[in-house]
Amino acid sequence: MTTNHRMEVPAPAISARRQARRDLVAALPWLSPALTLIVTIVLFPAGYLLWTSTRDVSPVGVDRGSAGFDNYATLFDSPALGRVLLNTAIWVVGVVLVTLLVSMALAQFLDKAFPGRRLVRLAVIVPWAASVVMTATVFYYGLDPYYGVMNQFLVDVGILDTGFGFTRQPVPAFLVAMAVAVFVSLPFTTYTILAGLQMVPREVVEAAAVDGAGSVRTYWSVVLPVLRPAIAVAVLINIINVFNSLPILRTLTGSIPGYDADTTTTLIFKYIQQDRQIETASALSVVNFVIVLAVIGIYLRVVRPMRDE
Amino acid sequence: MALAGAVVALFFLAPYLVMLIGSFKRHSEILRIPATYLPTEWVPSNYASMWSTPETPLAYNLVSTIVISACGTLLVLVVAMPAAYYTAKHRFPGRLAFLLLVLVTQMLQPTVLAAGLFRQFLAIGIDDTWLAMILVNGAFNLSFAVWIMHSFFAGVPKEIDEAAMIDGASTLQTLRRVTLPVVWPGIVTAIIFTFVACWNEFAASLVILTTAENQPLTVAITKFVGQYDSAWQYVFGVSIVGIVPVIILFAMVEKRLVAGLTAGAVK
Repeated sequence: MTTNHRMEVPAPAISARRQARRDLVAALPWLSPALTLIVTIVLFPAGYLLWTSTRDVSPVGVDRGSAGFDNYATLFDSPALGRVLLNTAIWVVGVVLVTLLVSMALAQFLDKAFPGRRLVRLAVIVPWAASVVMTATVFYYGLDPYYGVMNQFLVDVGILDTGFGFTRQPVPAFLVAMAVAVFVSLPFTTYTILAGLQMVPREVVEAAAVDGAGSVRTYWSVVLPVLRPAIAVAVLINIINVFNSLPILRTLTGSIPGYDADTTTTLIFKYIQQDRQIETASALSVVNFVIVLAVIGIYLRVVRPMRDE
Repeated sequence: MALAGAVVALFFLAPYLVMLIGSFKRHSEILRIPATYLPTEWVPSNYASMWSTPETPLAYNLVSTIVISACGTLLVLVVAMPAAYYTAKHRFPGRLAFLLLVLVTQMLQPTVLAAGLFRQFLAIGIDDTWLAMILVNGAFNLSFAVWIMHSFFAGVPKEIDEAAMIDGASTLQTLRRVTLPVVWPGIVTAIIFTFVACWNEFAASLVILTTAENQPLTVAITKFVGQYDSAWQYVFGVSIVGIVPVIILFAMVEKRLVAGLTAGAVK
């Protein structure tokens, strides 16, 4: 009896484990294409990057042996780094916050029915359809102090006396780049919030109006809670995209000497392309990724976008 | 309301109107001080001459963009669809770990990995090739496609599948006749998002593609902007050529876009 019992107890455990393994094996053919791509094109280069960040690499790419943490030391000794980190913080927080606020208002507007709404919605998509490099380039041209047509417009409507070199000095150029970053982030964010607005029950909004709630009150206590997941997704994707954005700053501030208008992402590309320091670039990339992870971690912890699940 | 709508539309279109008008200006006029709003002389021949300039082999660049985007999108679809389908329909150990891994790739963008990717492709000898860029575009657009399609597949009620099975339909038949029509908007959304992302990719191409003939339009236009002289009329002509197809694509699916985002990302 006891022997019998002893044999019976582990049996289901083994079969459960065997079943689990069978389930996993059955799943593999479906997942392996994706897994292969992720491992070879995302995880392997990530590891390679980490490895390169501890190597001494010549400007033409020859590995000259271990460098320990020298690349990180070079990076942290760089006098530009403080300013660049500050810029990065201003860049991400400023662009994401302004984008969100404008998008919320815009989505509310585009949700209402009015003649020509389809065309207006289509116009709002255009900056999303356009390549960011191309959009940034037209602003760079338009804001040229001498022949730029946007500068000319500002002079003609009386805002400026003469053309201003928006893209000639670090601070104004950086602010212009932030405005352009907001501009190109608006379509996706607005559409995501617009999608969220489709989930708001019309009856509840109408009932709130009947009960005498003002539009601000209704928005705050009826609409906003429903929008929460949409906003959470939009902000998360925006943080990642804005943090990793290269073309806007590269186009609008790239010709300014020095690093006063750089973020960590544009600095990586300056290390790779101008200075040919792939190992310092690698170290900065690692630091960059740690920062993204930390920011997203803090965001998830504070905002708790998945709280309702 | 309609008036406010017009103002909003104009705000978003203004830079692209500057582009469109600029693409018809003569080189001497686009650099004239003070700037003119409309060309004194319209020069449509810019759209012909931009294909043969010393700055960049534009025809090659257009082909590059088309090949990389088409193949990249196809790769994403082939790789993401089975994964999205299976993770939505089956429970198995490691399912959550897999979905989390997919999520992490969203955070590791090509800009962060550019240095590593460059070194890796150099080491295996496919640096400066379309193949490298197709793989990069495939890998980094995978996560959004898996996400969107996963939620659409998960939205198909099990009962419908089972009913079809009981009626004697095979798994493949069920997939084709029952599941696919329901998830189609999700697949379309994923295709559009991926295609647009591939079409406009810049950072990785900039580092990985070093030969002018291999570079896409996004990298090519930067060649027209010089330190002392810039061929803005060509920059804008190329931009218009690059932007119009994508706008047409978006116009075709505009209605589905909101529905796709509602079901995929927001729910």
